[in-house]
Amino acid sequence: MKLTGAEIIWECLQKEGVNVVFGYPGGAILPTYDAMTKYPKIHHVLVRHEQGATHMADGYARASGKVGVAIATSGPGATNMVTGIATAMMDSSPIVCITGQVGSKAIGTDAFQETDVTGVTLPITKHNYLVTKPGDIARAIREAFYIASSGRPGPVLIDITKDAQQMTTEFDWAAAAPRLPGYRPSYHAPASEFARAAELINSAKRPLIFVGQGVVKSGTTAEVLKLAKTAGIPITTTLLGIGAIPASSEFNLGMMGMHGESWVNEAIQQADLLIALGMRFDDRVTGNLKTYALNAKKIHVDIDPTEINKNVPVDVALIGDLREVLSLIQPQVKKAEHKEWWADINARRGDSAVRDIQNLPDSGHLYAAHVINDIWRLTQKRDTIVVTDVGQHQMWEAQYFRHEKPRSLITSGGLGTMGFALPAAIGAKFACPDKDVWVVVGDGGFQMTSCELATAEQEGIKVNVAIINNAFLGMVRQWQEFFYDKRYAATPMTGPNFVKLAEAYRLTGFLCDKRSDVKATVEKTLAAKGTVVIDFVVEKEDTVFPMVPAGADLDKMIRRPKQDVMLESGSDKDWEMPSPALPNVFAEAKAEAKALNGRGKVAQKPAKAPARKVTKTSRR
Amino acid sequence: MAKHTLIAYVEDVPGVLNRIASLFRRRNFNIDSLTVGRTEQPGVSRLTVVVDATEAGARIVEANLYKLVNVLRVDDLTHKPSLFRELGLVKVKVTNQTRAEVLQLTDVFRARVVDVDEATLVIEVTGTPEKIGKFEMVLRPYGIVEIVRTGAVAMARGHELLSAAPPLVRTTADDHHPDHAGVSMSV
Repeated sequence: MKLTGAEIIWECLQKEGVNVVFGYPGGAILPTYDAMTKYPKIHHVLVRHEQGATHMADGYARASGKVGVAIATSGPGATNMVTGIATAMMDSSPIVCITGQVGSKAIGTDAFQETDVTGVTLPITKHNYLVTKPGDIARAIREAFYIASSGRPGPVLIDITKDAQQMTTEFDWAAAAPRLPGYRPSYHAPASEFARAAELINSAKRPLIFVGQGVVKSGTTAEVLKLAKTAGIPITTTLLGIGAIPASSEFNLGMMGMHGESWVNEAIQQADLLIALGMRFDDRVTGNLKTYALNAKKIHVDIDPTEINKNVPVDVALIGDLREVLSLIQPQVKKAEHKEWWADINARRGDSAVRDIQNLPDSGHLYAAHVINDIWRLTQKRDTIVVTDVGQHQMWEAQYFRHEKPRSLITSGGLGTMGFALPAAIGAKFACPDKDVWVVVGDGGFQMTSCELATAEQEGIKVNVAIINNAFLGMVRQWQEFFYDKRYAATPMTGPNFVKLAEAYRLTGFLCDKRSDVKATVEKTLAAKGTVVIDFVVEKEDTVFPMVPAGADLDKMIRRPKQDVMLESGSDKDWEMPSPALPNVFAEAKAEAKALNGRGKVAQKPAKAPARKVTKTSRR
Repeated sequence: MAKHTLIAYVEDVPGVLNRIASLFRRRNFNIDSLTVGRTEQPGVSRLTVVVDATEAGARIVEANLYKLVNVLRVDDLTHKPSLFRELGLVKVKVTNQTRAEVLQLTDVFRARVVDVDEATLVIEVTGTPEKIGKFEMVLRPYGIVEIVRTGAVAMARGHELLSAAPPLVRTTADDHHPDHAGVSMSV
C-alpha cells in the first residue's frame, strides 16, 4: 500500500490503538494535519500551548496506563514541549511526542522555525528519533511506542522532517516491527538474591515497606498488601505512590519524606529493614543521606538498574518487574506480626494527631487543608481523580485527600512542574470520561497554563478546578519564612478575578472564602455541567507541616506547633526543631481513636492570642 | 576513586556518540578518555571509556550505559587481565647536540621516529597511558612543541568471553564503598 509519510503516521497511531492525540499545528507538521482528516477515528484535541499538549498526554497516560500522544510543529512548537517532556521523564510517564521538522535539505541551515529538537530533548527523553525518510517513519513510531511503554516507561520523541511527511512510500506494518538489539526492558534477578531478601525479611524486627509509583505502574496493589499482611509489615508511600495502597488500609501509615507524616519518618529512621518497591530514594524522600535509615538493611526492587545504589547503597537489589519479583518472594516469606514495632509506631501517630490542623480549634479562617479534606469527604463516594501541580496545595492534597485507588492522584512529583495540573487533568478526563476529575492547584501554577480552560471549553469536557488561592507563591513563601528570615521577595502575587476569568471562557466560576460555604460550593460544582473554576480564598500565610528542611536529617522535622501558629502573633519562631520523642499525650485509648480518624476535635482551649496581622505586601 | 575501563559496543547510528557524551555530562561522571572505532561486525562500534570513579560509581556508569537504547553490551575490564594501549605523537625540539640523546630515549621507550627536520623530531610511541606520560616527562626538558594522544583502547586477554548483559549490580554486602562520591543532592 503506497502512502505518504503523513498518512503512515496516522496509520501507525491507529494501529497502536491511539484514539486521542493532543496537538497544535504549524508549518512543518502541516502535511500530517492535512492527512488527519482521513482518519476520523482518532480525535484531535487542539491545545492552547504545546506545553499543555505534553501535560495532557502525560495526564492521559497516568490515568489510563496507555501511551499518551502529543503533536507539535518544529522550532518553537517543539521547544514549548520541553517542560512537559521533562516532567514525563522524571515521573516515568509513557508519552510519544511527534514533532515536525524542516525539510531534510534545510536541516543545519538555520531555516525558519528550525531547532535541533533531538539534540534539545536528548537528555530528557528515554529515546528520540530524527526521521528524514518516509520509509523510516513506521519503524520509528512502533519502536517509540514499545520503548515508551516497556520497562521503566518514559517519553519518546520522533522528529519527522516535512519532506518525509510529504513523500510517498510503501507502508508495511509487519516489516516495521521494532528492531532494538540494545534495548533490555526486563531483567531477572538471580535466585540467590531472592533467598537473601527473604532471609532479611524473615529476620527483621522493625521492617517497613516503601511503595513508589512502580506499584501503580505494575498494578501490584494486591500483591504488596498480601506481602504486608503475611509478614505484618507497615507500608509507607512516596508522593507518587499515593493511591497504590488504599489510605484506609490498616497497613498504610501514610506518606514519607519532606512533608510526610512525622511518625513515618521517625519509623524509617528506626527501622531495621526497608523494602523499597518501585521507588527511587529521591532527595525529597531521604533528607540527609549521611544519616538516612542507618539502622536499616535495604532491599531495593526496581525495574531500572540505574536506580540501584544511586542515592542509597542497598544490601539486596532485585531488578525486574515488580509483579514477578513479588510472586517469587511471597512464598519464601514467613508469617509475622511485629506487635512491638506496630505499638511503637502507633504511639508516635497519637502524638502527631494532636498537632493535626483538623484537630485544632476552628478559628473562622479558611484553611487549604480544610478545603481539600472537605472536597474529599464530599466526593468519597464518587470515582474521583485528583490532579495537582507543585507546591503547598500539592502537599496538603497528599496529606488531607485520602486516596483509595491507584491512578486516582496525578501530580508532578519529580520535576515539580507548575502549570501541570490543569492540562494533565484534561488529559486524564479523556482517558477516564466516566470519572470526576478535580484539579487542585495554586493560584500561581494555575496562571501558568490557565489558557487551557479554552481547550476544556472547546472540547466540552468537565474538570473541576479548585484554586487554592492564598495570593502567594505559597511554598516559596514558606521557605522564605523558615530559611530567609521572612523576606518575601517576589512571592506575593495578584491574580485575575478567577470567577470572571472562568466566565470569560464561557465556563462557570464560584468564589468561596468561608468554611461554611465549602460544602455548598462543592455540591454546586458537582451538579454543574461544564468545567467549573472555584476560587478558594484561603489563609495567606499558612504553612505545610511537618517539614524536613532540604538536606536535613529525616527525623529532624519542623513540626506544627501545638498551638495554632496562625492564631498567634509574632511567635512564628516557635517551631520546634528537632523534636525530641514526646510522650503519648493520650491517656485514654478512646480519645486516641477519635483523633486518629482525623475528625474528632481534641479537647483543647482555644488560643487567646489575636489573629496574625496580614503582611502589608499582600494586596487583595 | 580509581580508574575504571569500560568497553561499550554501540549501534553505529547518527548521534550515538552524542548520547554517550551527554550521559556522562548529565550524570556528572568524570571521563578520563573516550575512544571510538569500528569493530569486526559491520554497524557496531566499540567504545573504550576510562572513568575515574569508585567501585559503586563504576557500576552506576555501567548501568547507565546499558540503559541507552543504542548500547548493545558493556564490559568492565578493570578487574580482568587485559591489555591497554594508547598511541602518542610527540613533536620535540632538537639541536645537533641533543638529537642523539633524544634518539636514545626513543629507543629505550621502543618508540619510533616518524618525521625529522633540522629543528624537530616527531616520535610515535605506543603503550599504556602511563608509559606515554612518562615518555612525555623525559622529553620535556628538550622542549615539546606539540603532543597528541589517542586515548586508551583496551582488550581482555585470553579466549574466554566476557559476560554480557545484564549489568552486575553490587550491593553493600559484597562491596563496601564508604566514599559515596559522585552522589550529589539538590535542595
